[in-house]
Amino acid sequence: MLSALFLQAGYNATLVTLGAAMLGAAAGATGSFLFLRKRSLTPDAMAHATLPGVGIAFLVMVAMGGDGRFLPGLLLGAALTAGAGLWVLARLSATTRLPGDAAIGAVLSVAYGLGIVILTVIQTSGAGRAAGLETFLLGSTAGMLWSDAVLIGGGGLVVVAVLFALRRGLLMVAFDARHAEVLGLSPARMDAALMALTLGVVLIGIRVVGAILIVALLITPAATARMWTDRAGPMALIAGAVGAAAGYGGAALSAAVPGLPTGAVIVALASATFALSALFAPRRGVLARAMAGRRLA
Amino acid sequence: MSDFLILSFVPLLVAVFAAMACALPGTLLVLRGQALVGDMVSHAVLPGLVAGFLLTGGASGLAMSLGAGASAVLAVGLSEAIRRLARIEPGAAMGITFTTFFAGGVLLLEMTGARGVHLDVEHALYGNLESLIWLDATGPASLIDPTALAGLPPELPRMAITFAGVGLGLWVLWRPLVLASFDGGFAGGIGLPVGLLSLALVVATAMAAVAAFAAVGSILTVAMLICPPATARLLTNRLATQVALALAIAAGAAATGFWLALALPQAAGLPGAVSAAGMIAVVAGLCLGAAALWGPQRRRAGV
Repeated sequence: MLSALFLQAGYNATLVTLGAAMLGAAAGATGSFLFLRKRSLTPDAMAHATLPGVGIAFLVMVAMGGDGRFLPGLLLGAALTAGAGLWVLARLSATTRLPGDAAIGAVLSVAYGLGIVILTVIQTSGAGRAAGLETFLLGSTAGMLWSDAVLIGGGGLVVVAVLFALRRGLLMVAFDARHAEVLGLSPARMDAALMALTLGVVLIGIRVVGAILIVALLITPAATARMWTDRAGPMALIAGAVGAAAGYGGAALSAAVPGLPTGAVIVALASATFALSALFAPRRGVLARAMAGRRLA
Repeated sequence: MSDFLILSFVPLLVAVFAAMACALPGTLLVLRGQALVGDMVSHAVLPGLVAGFLLTGGASGLAMSLGAGASAVLAVGLSEAIRRLARIEPGAAMGITFTTFFAGGVLLLEMTGARGVHLDVEHALYGNLESLIWLDATGPASLIDPTALAGLPPELPRMAITFAGVGLGLWVLWRPLVLASFDGGFAGGIGLPVGLLSLALVVATAMAAVAAFAAVGSILTVAMLICPPATARLLTNRLATQVALALAIAAGAAATGFWLALALPQAAGLPGAVSAAGMIAVVAGLCLGAAALWGPQRRRAGV
């Protein structure tokens, strides 16, 4: 187990672990902007909506005579249906009186249902080698190819770079959309950019963390970072670091212990970090505030 | 006919009861703007189910239901505590809580003997509606034959009792619950225990979700909690009509989805069937889509 933590469990496992760390960094940093914009649960709908796309892409690739498990192809399908889910979500919020959270719940559960239907079609029709598609539900680093790890790590790097370039505009919109508009920034365009970045994180994350739990990597590191700082820049940096540590630790642990679902381990590590921070962080932590309250009394 | 009784009768009824049991608390949750409490509860029952299974050493329905209900209530309390103590917006607090619980449940399942025995991750994710077969059925006469009825899968009476229990509980508390949902300040002012009423709604949601979870899996429980009530919300402004519509849509979506899961693959020439639970969610989603496009009360008042 130690050898995996110190990246000595073989070339492939090392690359996968580093890819998961990059994914965690991208998710944490993106998540802190979502957190500030109060859109923490929107990616949950998006992530569940990737499942039908994964299934459809698999069927299409098998029908074209290829190996259905070609990751870039699966991710393309996932991007299309996740985008469709996001569009439906926006339409439901704009044209009906349904509360936003009901719309999120409806989109995520129906998209997931469709995904399960397509998965069972694949299983019963025996199309190609379906084994491994379930890993998109709970995530797994087992059997990941070298090229997959490069795709995930590289994708994370791109997300972080774009985020860095757009940071000022995103922050201004998050804190004061009106003011940003006066300064000539389009809040709608900035929100669209943030959603595109989130989609990027979800896509590179579903193979490692799984569609059900990827939203945790977008929420928990950001909330953890919020415990330590009141400033947006450091918050994104801390969130990225927490996400990277959780991704790294989770991937390494699940490489060392066979059968351990990678996504669940990553989420458990991130949650533990949040719990410790919420209790012990200086100033905003529960203990620190209780002690400050006593001093006042 | 006997094929239908053996293979489809029980899962069909279980699906209909599950959907209707979820539609009742779901209606109040949607009205209160707490639809994601349903999402949270249905994820958070997993570790409790597994713990109940492990502690009793077998698939004891009661222990698993108690464990699941306890972990759902614990999750709701924890997310409320996170929201207040850590001063985080409710959506993020709920997201942290339910992903933690779900991940904990998955880890518990994978790392202990519970895996593969009677309970596995796939059941938690897909449900196991299709496995509820009634082997003792020989024909319509079995419906009144005590020995054949004794062989019914226990999930059916359990689901029916859950539906009756949730219905009865909400019926008794209906007026105060509705009052507290529409105007919490006024309800508190006339002395109603608003906090306890919220807890009662969470417990009812958890009961319905636990029972439905066993039949259709976690995420599809969310579909049953949210989609039929949300559809009904776009069709009417009267609460009584809304409840009746939500129940009817829930039952209709469950029956239609179940039938389509068998009929569509046959029509397409595929062997076997597709996931009935998934199909039910898709049908419920289509109902919501139709209501969002054409429902008479789809827009906000005054828009």
